[in-house]
Amino acid sequence: MAKRTLQDKLAILSDAAKYDASCASSGTSRRNSLKGGLGSTEGSGICHAYAPDGRCISLLKILLTNFCIYDCAYCINRVSSNVERARFTPEEVVHLTTEFYRRNYIEGLFLSSGIIRSPDYTMEQMVRIARSLRQDHLFRGYIHLKTIPDASPELIEEAGLFADRLSINVELPTDQGVKAYAPEKDPDQIRRAMGNLRLKKAEYAEKTHTGRRKAKFAPAGQSTQLIVGADGASDATILQNSTRLYGAYKLKRVYYSAFSPIPDASTALPLIKPPLMREHRLYQADWLMRFYGFEADEITEKQGDMLDLAVDPKLSWALQNRHLFPVDPNRAARDMLLRVPGFGTKTVSRVLNARRTKTLRYDDLTRIGANMKNARSFITLSDWTPGQSLDADSLRNRFAPPPEQLQLL
Amino acid sequence: MRQIQLPRIGTFEAWRGSAREFARMRTKPDRVDWYLEGDSAGFLITETGPMSEARHKVTASKQFLDLARTVTYHSAKDRFSRLYRVLLRLQGAPGLLKDRGDAEVAHLEKLAKAVRRDMHKMKAFVRFQEIPSGTDRRAFAAWFEPDHHICEPIAGFFARRFADMDWVIATPSMSIQHKDGQVTLDPTPASNPKLKDATEDLWRTYYANIFNPARLKIKAMTAEMPKKYWRNLPEAELIPSLIAEAEAKTRAMQEAAPTLPPLRAERIAAQPKVKDMDLLSADTLDGVKAEASTCTRCPLHANATQLVFGEGPQDADLMIIGEQPGDMEDLAGRPFVGPAGQLFDELADQAGLDRAGAYVTNAVKHFKFTIKGKRRIHQSPSTGEIDQCRWWLAQEIRLVRPKMILSMGATALRATTGDGKGILKRRGALETGRDGVPVFVTVHPSFLLRLRDPAERAEQEKAFVADLSQVKAAI
Repeated sequence: MAKRTLQDKLAILSDAAKYDASCASSGTSRRNSLKGGLGSTEGSGICHAYAPDGRCISLLKILLTNFCIYDCAYCINRVSSNVERARFTPEEVVHLTTEFYRRNYIEGLFLSSGIIRSPDYTMEQMVRIARSLRQDHLFRGYIHLKTIPDASPELIEEAGLFADRLSINVELPTDQGVKAYAPEKDPDQIRRAMGNLRLKKAEYAEKTHTGRRKAKFAPAGQSTQLIVGADGASDATILQNSTRLYGAYKLKRVYYSAFSPIPDASTALPLIKPPLMREHRLYQADWLMRFYGFEADEITEKQGDMLDLAVDPKLSWALQNRHLFPVDPNRAARDMLLRVPGFGTKTVSRVLNARRTKTLRYDDLTRIGANMKNARSFITLSDWTPGQSLDADSLRNRFAPPPEQLQLL
Repeated sequence: MRQIQLPRIGTFEAWRGSAREFARMRTKPDRVDWYLEGDSAGFLITETGPMSEARHKVTASKQFLDLARTVTYHSAKDRFSRLYRVLLRLQGAPGLLKDRGDAEVAHLEKLAKAVRRDMHKMKAFVRFQEIPSGTDRRAFAAWFEPDHHICEPIAGFFARRFADMDWVIATPSMSIQHKDGQVTLDPTPASNPKLKDATEDLWRTYYANIFNPARLKIKAMTAEMPKKYWRNLPEAELIPSLIAEAEAKTRAMQEAAPTLPPLRAERIAAQPKVKDMDLLSADTLDGVKAEASTCTRCPLHANATQLVFGEGPQDADLMIIGEQPGDMEDLAGRPFVGPAGQLFDELADQAGLDRAGAYVTNAVKHFKFTIKGKRRIHQSPSTGEIDQCRWWLAQEIRLVRPKMILSMGATALRATTGDGKGILKRRGALETGRDGVPVFVTVHPSFLLRLRDPAERAEQEKAFVADLSQVKAAI
């Protein structure tokens, strides 16, 4: 076999990395290179390009290698797959990261890897790359390292000192799912590793006994990913699991990734059309839990265990709880305003600000940026009332897309 | 109509100075306008002659100045007069900007938002190409076409990010230059240098391969990366072919026949996998712990992070039993490391009781909680859960064979004596436990933590220390 060029390796190892949905480059400590080095982070993330799948490209997302000794059925890199294999040297990863960064293609590096030899060996290689970027190249951009749950705590601690974010993917929403489709992974071990990261972060946030600040440990926190649609887990199960992950390990994000066809798939998991709408609804529900004060149970309670695909979860909740509406934006409390369909968090804070100086009317809300198409059936104002429409059986039809003729073939 | 020309660099400061003067004279908005140097003035008839003598006070909040600065970078011709109108209205209504329902305020915010978006897109879509450099600093150049006059406000971002290289960003209206750490703005219009860079091939390789053909969402892409930017993005030339081939590629993946695993897979699968548990005997604490970690006798294992087993010397004279692991114990996998554990350590120290010499454990080994918002709130275990978990506690007692058990709280009391009721009446007593070991009864340290009244807390802590001293004396 001819020796692979850097370009060949990049093709293989980016193709192998694309099933990880995480792309965030925001929310880390602020840094710049005015006193030497390369790069900066200024709070908000930047998406440097978008691929035709609609996903943003913010980081150089690659694997160190796609050789792997694990056999996870959903994964393109499992040991039993016949995909082409390749492996970067640490120097090659550093070169690609800094050269891409200098041309303003990326915000930084998202490095993951198949497990080779042992978890510790693999983690050590990844930490070495992060260390080289930070110490040899004074790289101030963003680094996201995938953490291997079975790696030693010392390596994970070192990783957290170089990386902005660490992540451990749960992938399957239930323990039974993990055991069935990822036989080498141990769901308890994954949770223990997440618990450890939270404790480490807390430990570094404390000042020393002399009052000095300690080094920053993974300032952009930790995240995880759940695959949607590979096993039979319902949306209610997935959202309960997310609630637990946010609560127990203070995750910054839970990513939902629609199970998508991979080359040389396993017979254990038949390929489907990726459930993109379901993924989208889960993200919306996740936002409702994190920023709108909803509990997982409320979102799914009246709809079986699956989210309504035709209308968004907030609208769906409002349609099922019509007795709480209409709401008067001039009087209602913040937590109720947040539950009005068509009102986002920004709209709500603008409403609260504006109503101090005047009584809001319909046109004011339009200018404030509320989505009145969704909101108007659920609010009442001095110049607007939803009338009978709030109680009409046909209200849902107004928001759901018209039924489509199914294709015969 | 008075018409004021503003410079292309330092536009905001110049407008601000001039607008302040007109506002002091309370000049009507339709009597004054501003235009940018190089643009044509709006009206042919220009008013000259003496200005009003009146001088009023003019104030503007920081919020307005920030908004005004951003709006002056917009390309709309009427931005200056719109700002001036709002500045005048602000003099009578200082809270005006809080009202996003106001049409004029909403319009200014809209302009500012467009400028911020333009700046954000420039940060994202500038593409540097390497050019020869005469020095040891590397040199790069880029061509970008912004919608608004944003070179001035954005220069600092690129200077902070690319401090160790020299670079030029050329735009149709002006250029930003960075040389030896100094940023300068050159207000002469530039043209596209049409450079090439070999690293672009690697970037295109990355772009093509990170794309997932099974989830084509073209609208989501063009919403964030509109076509107007494509001509200056090296990767954009791939987009039409990536879209055209996506469906066929996905279908090929779905229709491909399953393959046999490579030989490597068999070799790796054949490597022996020894689980630690197999080597441990049920007659050691480690063995029982390993067995307990797979326990599913009650549903608590499902939500907790891990089993929290006891720890301490196997030949300890004293066994200390609490209720159940809390938030911290659940994460760390060790008993009594959270707030209650820390309080216990402090009070044990006062009593001269050596915690390290004792075996410390809990009646229930998994954390029971409910989630409120983003926090896990402790819930007391049910009697059923206590009774299920007693099996493991009995193993610990069997293997440690302590001379005495210190039972803290009602849960531990139920687990050790079979009855957890009336703890405050039974406290301080030495009872006979179910396992034949004497049980000293006291309260749980978290009971002390919950006391709000400082005097009561101090009194209860004293009583707790007295209990611990009694235990110490007894062993």
